[in-house]
Amino acid sequence: MRKLYIVFLAGLISLMATNLTHAENYTIDTKGTHAFIQFKTKHLGFSWLHGQFNTFSGSFSYDESNSSLSKVDVEIDTRSLDSNHAKRDKHLRSGAYLDVKVFPVATFNSTSFEELGKGKAVLKGDFTLHGVTKNITLDVEHVGHGYDPWGGYRRGFTATTTIKPAEFGLKEMVKLGPHSEVVFLELAIEGIRQAYEQKVFN
Amino acid sequence: MLIKNGQHDFGLITILLHWLIAAMTFGLFALGLWMTQLGYYDDWYQKAPTLHEGIGILFLIILLVRIIWRWVNPLPQPIPTLKRWEKLGSHLVHSMLNILLLVIAVSGYLVITAKGEPVQVFDLFSVPATLSGFSNQEDIAGEFHLLVAWIMMVLAVGHALAAFKHHFINKDATLKRIMGMK
Repeated sequence: MRKLYIVFLAGLISLMATNLTHAENYTIDTKGTHAFIQFKTKHLGFSWLHGQFNTFSGSFSYDESNSSLSKVDVEIDTRSLDSNHAKRDKHLRSGAYLDVKVFPVATFNSTSFEELGKGKAVLKGDFTLHGVTKNITLDVEHVGHGYDPWGGYRRGFTATTTIKPAEFGLKEMVKLGPHSEVVFLELAIEGIRQAYEQKVFN
Repeated sequence: MLIKNGQHDFGLITILLHWLIAAMTFGLFALGLWMTQLGYYDDWYQKAPTLHEGIGILFLIILLVRIIWRWVNPLPQPIPTLKRWEKLGSHLVHSMLNILLLVIAVSGYLVITAKGEPVQVFDLFSVPATLSGFSNQEDIAGEFHLLVAWIMMVLAVGHALAAFKHHFINKDATLKRIMGMK
């Protein structure tokens, strides 16, 4: 009986919350690793070199009725850089490149979100890497959303952009040659919608 | 000269192992410092680390042989003119050098194998990873490798200077003994 009462109360609160606002808050599912931050650059112009950041966290809000209010915040642990080769990872984390001892965190905080239709959108935000902050533009694709089989609600996007690490003060990048000047970034993120109760009381 | 150590002299194997380790120590130290300064388009960018890693593993094997040889084959008596503190001090420095060299070799191995990759020893053989996958293992082991190498180098230079001092100032047999000269 008591359980039923709690369920009823929770339902009531969530109904109230839905009426309060349409913005839905999502936590990026890094626990279940349904989120990836990957990079690639050309090796001498012959092939693509892929890598990723294994540790990061973040959240986003999405408002279906007014998507321009959507917001994304991501924090990346630069020490978690992984290109599947210990020596290269050590080198890329060193002072010659990301200098992760001095700059252990890279952040992205969105400044605008504009939906283009057909599931496409443009996301702008401040990206801080190696202590340098630049406003970057990402092309966003809405992949899907809905209830998962375990009672949660999920929404996923991919966002892609290119950066020139030299512009973020990674001077050694230039020495890798013209083919490696540009680094492609891809964020593939899935968020789990946060319980309404939490939002009401926050 | 005897193969094994005598009462007052070093044997051939002890002498050869000493100078082989000495040459490899200085060579690997210089190679290590040089190779980390190379640019991406340098001819030696790939070759130098390959050499350092291959020689490094051979070094570790020879060092282990040397430590075992040291245990199974007793050292000759110390030179009688040495003072008590000199005997203790030199013994301490010799032990420290062996320990530090071992630590350097193992930490280097832990850099290469941090993600489970083996260390390739030229075209001869490869040594598989054992301890791998610790977070930032390659960074931590790498910094340790360099730091301990510098400490070892200071000790090694001190060790050499002490030998010269005994040869030129005290005019005793310290240096001659390890060169196999009477």
